Amino acid sequence: MRNQQATQLLFEMSRPGRRAHRLPELQGHAATLCESLPAEFKADQPPPLPELAEGDVVRHFTNLSTLNMSVDTHFYPLGSCTMKYNPKRNERLSSLPGLIDVHPLQDARSIQGLLEMMHELQHMLGEISGLRGVSLQPAAGAHGELTALLVAADYFADLGEDRKVVLTADSAHGTNPASAQMAGFSTKTVRSNAEGLVDIADLRAKLNEQTAVFMLTNPNTLGLFDSQIREITDLVHEHGALIYLDGANMNAILGITRPGDFGADLMHFNPHKTFSGPHGGGGPGAGPICVREFLADYLPGPVITRTEDGYELTTPERSIGRVRSFFGNVGILIRAYAYIRTYGPDGLRRVSEDAVLGANYLLSKVKHMLDVPHGDRCMHEFVASASRLKKEKHISAMDIAKRILDFGFHAPTVYFPLVVDEAVMIEPTETESKETLDAFAEALFRVVDETEEAIQQAPLSTAISRPDDVSAARKPILRWTPPQQ
Amino acid sequence: MTGYLFHTDDDRREMLQSIGAESMKQLIDDQVPTDVQLDHLMDLPAAADEIVLDRDFRRMAAKNAGAASHVCFMGAGAYDHFIPAVVDEIASRGEYYTSYTPYQAEVSQGNLQVMFEYETLVSQLTGLDVSNASLYDGGSAATEAVLMALATMKNRTRVVTSGAVHPQYRDVVDAYLKHIDAELVVVPTDHDGTSISIIDAIDDQTACVLIQHPNFYGRLEDMQAITDAAHAAGALVIQAFDPISLGLLKRPGDYGVDIAVAEGQCLGNPLSFGGPYLGMIACTSQLVRRMPGRIAGQTTDRRGNRCWVLTLQTREQHIRREKATSNICSNQTLLALRATVYLSLLGPQGLKETATHCVARTQQARERIVQSDRFELVHSGPVFKEFLVRDRENDVESLMRSATEKGILAGVPMEQFDPDMNDCFLVALTEKRTDDEIEAWMESLESATIAQTVRQAF
Repeated sequence: MRNQQATQLLFEMSRPGRRAHRLPELQGHAATLCESLPAEFKADQPPPLPELAEGDVVRHFTNLSTLNMSVDTHFYPLGSCTMKYNPKRNERLSSLPGLIDVHPLQDARSIQGLLEMMHELQHMLGEISGLRGVSLQPAAGAHGELTALLVAADYFADLGEDRKVVLTADSAHGTNPASAQMAGFSTKTVRSNAEGLVDIADLRAKLNEQTAVFMLTNPNTLGLFDSQIREITDLVHEHGALIYLDGANMNAILGITRPGDFGADLMHFNPHKTFSGPHGGGGPGAGPICVREFLADYLPGPVITRTEDGYELTTPERSIGRVRSFFGNVGILIRAYAYIRTYGPDGLRRVSEDAVLGANYLLSKVKHMLDVPHGDRCMHEFVASASRLKKEKHISAMDIAKRILDFGFHAPTVYFPLVVDEAVMIEPTETESKETLDAFAEALFRVVDETEEAIQQAPLSTAISRPDDVSAARKPILRWTPPQQ
Repeated sequence: MTGYLFHTDDDRREMLQSIGAESMKQLIDDQVPTDVQLDHLMDLPAAADEIVLDRDFRRMAAKNAGAASHVCFMGAGAYDHFIPAVVDEIASRGEYYTSYTPYQAEVSQGNLQVMFEYETLVSQLTGLDVSNASLYDGGSAATEAVLMALATMKNRTRVVTSGAVHPQYRDVVDAYLKHIDAELVVVPTDHDGTSISIIDAIDDQTACVLIQHPNFYGRLEDMQAITDAAHAAGALVIQAFDPISLGLLKRPGDYGVDIAVAEGQCLGNPLSFGGPYLGMIACTSQLVRRMPGRIAGQTTDRRGNRCWVLTLQTREQHIRREKATSNICSNQTLLALRATVYLSLLGPQGLKETATHCVARTQQARERIVQSDRFELVHSGPVFKEFLVRDRENDVESLMRSATEKGILAGVPMEQFDPDMNDCFLVALTEKRTDDEIEAWMESLESATIAQTVRQAF
């Protein structure tokens, strides 16, 4: 009973002369000023946007929303994405007047309450990371990576050291090497060993006086905490290089261990993962970074400082400048602040413990259906492999992902990290009940038991099934165009 | 324990048993070396339940002025435009705001269709072939466009821009270019507040020209002359535009611009102290494979149904890693959704009306400045919704402060962007402003003068 009419494209629903939003007519003197722009700047007519009534718009977007899975409606065991519950109180609190309607260039004196909150968040992130220099400016995790690498680049330039190489792990997020490239570095990849941890011999071989930064994810994308972490960070520091921690997996270690304590010099947080900022269909997120004190002078400005007269916005002395306009993704940062306040220090630790518990519980069930190459212990997520299933039954990781949708679960992450063949990456988070995890495991059990013929038709219950990605990329149609008359 | 956890003590016991772990402590100790474990509680405020948090938030929020408590005449890249109720209503649906990036197309057709509609609207708005599904904000969108141009023009390393382009956008470009082989050349603004002399700075080493129209001071640029000159020199043209202005003004595509970028906050997104915002970017079809960020495209499914997917992902960082066009991964889908709903509600006539009101209100405010003794317009030529005012008394800071006390955010002091302009402030008027508010604004500026005269008399 899908409403086909309402889910046509806006442009197909458009009727000339329909209107929704109207402005009051200008009166008196103002009305005489409408034509004050010279003709040479003006278009002959306004852009050809669709013309709709308000009811059209509401029904259209409401119906479209029902075609999405979401955290509010489904379990998302998406490895690397930390799809935890998005607290409703955070939505209300971040929308209060005095927060949602503040202009970014207002005088600091007129926004002391907001600055107090963000200053406290700076402190919180410094405490959770163990790294005291904090910038809230970057807009996303990858943006934080780039920002931190620009900090490192300036730091080494000031030292007069010519270090132009960034090392990344082969299990790293693809953003790591891409960020390094953008900051003017070349990259080399450090191999993982058979256990899925950093291959120390390979790291040693690739470290030299040209190395600027080793970008590390810990726990790594296999969900493993690298037990050699002290050895790794000491080794990198001995060569005069810095350790960058990709904070995508911080949900595993809140209050348990701190990047600053195990040797990281710079890191980013993903508040939209760790601190429950809603993903919004792919954004907005945020990517605040934390650095050691000796790097704090390089952070982008403005940062919030506290003085006797109240809170001020200042730019650090040797700042790399700006990486975006204005202050940062404040709306997401406010939600992160509310989240940290909700749990407190012991609560945050419990969050990570439950995340680790849930992942290990699911691992203990999944290992009977799929191979889990890196052992039967993990932190907040684990990576199974459909490799054997593919050889034996021609069922791939993608087939599993598509079929699980029919059982009312979002798919796990597949084909990442690249170090595992036919990877199926599962992260339950702490906000899923044991019953949900049991139901998911049961569904997975039924999926891997199916025949090749059945599974390759999947999904069967969704609005569409197996879109043709190849022709989408080969002959891109990236916008609607009016049908040829 | 406040928060959102599920497991009861019984659950935890059963789960540990199933795992074969003795205790939670053992599960952690088996994996995290004890010498890097934290042996004390973090120094964070104690847990707060919802009532406490609500009280605290309201206390902190009440300490801030904003566009709800005050009348806002501030702009400089962030504007107090009206947001219709439908925008908030749709964007607050959990199916939108709690969903993930639409990698699984079968369960994300809602978001993917919205992205496709957004891309189409941006194309219609700009007159360019292709838009992506959004970037972080205006400043980083301008910067990504510059990087696109540099990647396209491999043998050219100069980026030419004007002093009339948003200073923060230029700062971002500057920070991004510092460690790569490219230079940013900033041509000073002409006396009339435009950038026509930028033409003299374009040479055969210029990869692109970054121009803003309407510019940072609200002035209108001779886009055709600048675009033609850049193209004659073989350079690309990037225009930072104001989406609302396109209800009246010629579109970037009409001038032959190659890449258009904008801050999309004005399209139904709240001020929110500068973020999250909406970076818009559109380009000609020749450049599409250099476009950063995600793009939704149309295709068909197994059963022949029309549907939407994320496409051209081979450009992206997770496939190409160090060879990627850009490292951009997450975008601003929810803000793009808001812009899509907003533009659907306005349509061509609504956008034209909104732009027209901005022009009329801005003109009205300028006339009031002309009539005053203390203030003068810095530029006399046409503007869209923003203009620069000089305070002959050179006391902008206290002027703004006293206006704030009277409930008016009267403008943006210019000193933070240009020390030579410490006697100037930038004023913006949206369609929300009324006759009465403009009078009150003028009065708040004039009464500061009166108060000062009184002070001087004693």
